Amino acid sequence: MVRTGKRPRLPPWLVAPAFVVGVLIVLASFVLAIVPGKIVHYGPIDVDTTARMVAPCVAHPFGTDNYGRDIFSRVVYSARIDLQIGILGMIVPFVVGGVLGLLAGYFAGVLDSILMRIIDILMAFPFTILVIVIMTILGQGIRNVYIALWLVGWMSYARLVRGEVLVLKNCEFIQAAQVAGFSTRRIIFRHILPNVISSSVVFAASDVVLCMLTGASMSFLGLGVQPPTPEWGAILNEGRGYISYAWWITFFPGLFLAVAGVGFSLIGDGLTDFLRTKGR
Amino acid sequence: MEKLLEVKDLRTYFPFRGEIVKAVDGVSFDICEGETFGLVGESGCGKTQVCRSILSLVKKPGKIVGGQILYRGRDIVKMNREEMRSIRGREISVIFQEPMTSLNPVLSIRRQLFEVFDGSDMSRAKKYERAIELLRMVGIPSPETRIGEYTHQFSGGMRQRAMIAIALGAKPSLLIADEPTTALDVTIQDQIMKLLAELKRELRMSIILVTHDLGVIAQMCDRVAVMYAGMIMEMTDVVSLFSKPRHPYTHALMGSLPNPKKVGYELVAISGAPPNLADLGPGCPFMPRCRYAIGLCESARPELVEIGGGHSTRCHRLDVVADFEGIIPVATPAEGN
Amino acid sequence: MCVLARLSCSRLGGWAPVNQLNYVIRRVLQIIPVLLVVSVLIFLMLRLIPGDPARLMLGDKAKESAVAALREKLGLTRPLPTQYVIFMKQILSGDLGTSLTYQRPVAELLKDRLPITVSLTLASTLLSLLASFPLGYFAAKHKDRAGDQAVRATALVAIAMPSFWVALLLMILFCVKLHWLPVGGWGSTLWEQARALILPAFTQSLMTTALLMRNIRNSVVDITVMDYVDFARSKGISEAAVRNRHIFRNAMISTVTLLAMRMAYMLGGSVIIETVFSLPGLGKLMVDSIFGRDYTVVQSLVFLFAFMVLVINLLTDVIYSLLDPRVSF
Repeated sequence: MVRTGKRPRLPPWLVAPAFVVGVLIVLASFVLAIVPGKIVHYGPIDVDTTARMVAPCVAHPFGTDNYGRDIFSRVVYSARIDLQIGILGMIVPFVVGGVLGLLAGYFAGVLDSILMRIIDILMAFPFTILVIVIMTILGQGIRNVYIALWLVGWMSYARLVRGEVLVLKNCEFIQAAQVAGFSTRRIIFRHILPNVISSSVVFAASDVVLCMLTGASMSFLGLGVQPPTPEWGAILNEGRGYISYAWWITFFPGLFLAVAGVGFSLIGDGLTDFLRTKGR
Repeated sequence: MEKLLEVKDLRTYFPFRGEIVKAVDGVSFDICEGETFGLVGESGCGKTQVCRSILSLVKKPGKIVGGQILYRGRDIVKMNREEMRSIRGREISVIFQEPMTSLNPVLSIRRQLFEVFDGSDMSRAKKYERAIELLRMVGIPSPETRIGEYTHQFSGGMRQRAMIAIALGAKPSLLIADEPTTALDVTIQDQIMKLLAELKRELRMSIILVTHDLGVIAQMCDRVAVMYAGMIMEMTDVVSLFSKPRHPYTHALMGSLPNPKKVGYELVAISGAPPNLADLGPGCPFMPRCRYAIGLCESARPELVEIGGGHSTRCHRLDVVADFEGIIPVATPAEGN
Repeated sequence: MCVLARLSCSRLGGWAPVNQLNYVIRRVLQIIPVLLVVSVLIFLMLRLIPGDPARLMLGDKAKESAVAALREKLGLTRPLPTQYVIFMKQILSGDLGTSLTYQRPVAELLKDRLPITVSLTLASTLLSLLASFPLGYFAAKHKDRAGDQAVRATALVAIAMPSFWVALLLMILFCVKLHWLPVGGWGSTLWEQARALILPAFTQSLMTTALLMRNIRNSVVDITVMDYVDFARSKGISEAAVRNRHIFRNAMISTVTLLAMRMAYMLGGSVIIETVFSLPGLGKLMVDSIFGRDYTVVQSLVFLFAFMVLVINLLTDVIYSLLDPRVSF
């Protein structure tokens, strides 16, 4: 259908309220992560024995814990750690898994079989169990959280990309490029990659949330971040013993975790809409 | 003959991205008992939406916004869901263009046949017997074996036959066939057409046959309406249509048919493209592509007028169209009827 | 949808029950090599932990002689392949070793705790299914309108909420403030156990409900505009018949696959949920054993989890092949 010329407008997916909210939330979390000091008065590990277990008030908007540490400061300073876990935990599997999937899908054969076998075997373990086992072997600490996330996360991207490559391989424009004698590298990176990457990008948004939650879970169990480093899951764990009378220690870190997760998810949804309008 | 179906000024519109697409814009026709009525036109002219409107199966967000569809005197447009259900299948049935996507891939053919008998008080055995009978009637070999199979196990022609069997299961008086052979190859096409003709005779059904193939119209239909841009451009009996077309569009369609007498000549196509149904303008929709268009054609939409002998046309240039020659000779008064 | 009736009608010209059985047998056999590789991985796991396993298990304060004795008992002094053979022999004969922390055979521990984790996972799955179908259908029917947006927004939030946070908040509300439900632990009677499962199963089901709902909504939206739905309607059958026989039947197919993935994830999630609610299940045992350096238990647990996931996948494949006749045997 031919449309009459209209004034160029911003595409609907970009100005969708949900997407905008998501972007705002994520930007806000970046601000918290980058310049926490400008927002809070206290340091994250500053102890104040005169103000233990104080309920939320003006001086301590999120209350204090049993050491007298200001929960608001702790929660804000945690943003940096949790965001790092989320984003860095996603990036490495995105790249590594994506490349592996690309190569396996394009060259097929032995490489593909081996890769798929490995993934099948690893997929026999529940995700959280795999992460916990790796943490057990490597030991506690945030660095090992990253390693565990990297070792487990690549599989989803590999499968996604491989699936798309397999479909695309049979498309005529790829066959045309092959016949035209383009170098393999050129075909893979200039022709195939741009077309298969979109589902991974969408998945990446929800993967950030998954990585954040997993990192927080590990810290919650006591395996990840070590005290006194502030991290949303860790603070939640600290508050567990006092839930009956100091609800604020568990409430606020979880809230921030949830809101950050919502922000990234909204961005992911916006990206899905964007890709849909591009006709994928 | 009693009128089975009377469509009066049917309008079916689709809201789309802020515009209104007028898929069916003032269509009127009647069908008598036992008649085969052809609806012919290019893709996008609205013929499928007419069919869907008759059974209230227009896909959202489209809806019937005006007009009446009288089936044996009762207005379908105003019916509620219960009344509609009693009409569907039992009085009016439809078969679609693509049998692969029109049959549920995960249900057996038997299940899909049995569904037709929902609400009747037939025993399982009776339903089975009737189902086998139906499959046999449409020419599916070894129906006892094939009845338990699934859509993907049938060939294209078989699927279409199965769909016909299902559509005829509750003995409807009117069958709407929406391009029943477009998706099939030519030999199968012929078989299916012959099957429909035979069934029509045996079951004394009326058929609305939708197609873009003039050959099929010639083979099967009693009366024909030519549609363009959601409107009927010309309507008459099939012989008159081919011997004395009275509309530039119809004339152009005939002209574009390959003619065995004109071997070696270029095929004539109609220049231009089908119009944007959301943005038609006040004049005749065919005007941009019409050789005979005058100023009036751009500013005023012609009405569908009767020009004698049950023949109607929608054109301002009645003077010009009266001289059109068809592709078969005109029957002399002695031979006619 | 009578499975037996389906099996009895001829498909692919062959006798259907035999085809089906062949498929199941083949799938079961396919599990075996995977289990073997899994066992090798798990076997190596214990040996990968830095440091001497025996020393790690007994702690720094243990006497050297005790450590040496344990080392001998665990067979750690033998060559690696021999250790593996012993390891496999033990597993196959049901001897999974003894737990240091509990001083009981591991097999017994697992047997005691398995029903709890299984009940939790099944309860969560059931809750998710019960909630997601109606919600998904509702969202699809109100596509892009207020109802759809509301359901999808809620789902989005549900996915982002950390399970341990929700668990604790629910605990505060229902156990501490309202005293309606026990704070944790398992009961002895069926009734007590059911009550103990309510909050954990609900917490765990949230994310799965949200994901399933989304999948069902999209499936229903895609299916509703298919020609076969219109054709079915044109036969004059009831709207309920259209919905159940045509829309849901086809929507279930992709849902089944997703459900299997979620069940596997929830098995892993039991680690968190059981810890928060103090349920004596496999998940909690895992966490306790890791901290207690009781690696014999950890080893067997990981194996058991993998086995359960493989069984879930097998069942899913079989159910899928029953639902979708296009899947050839």
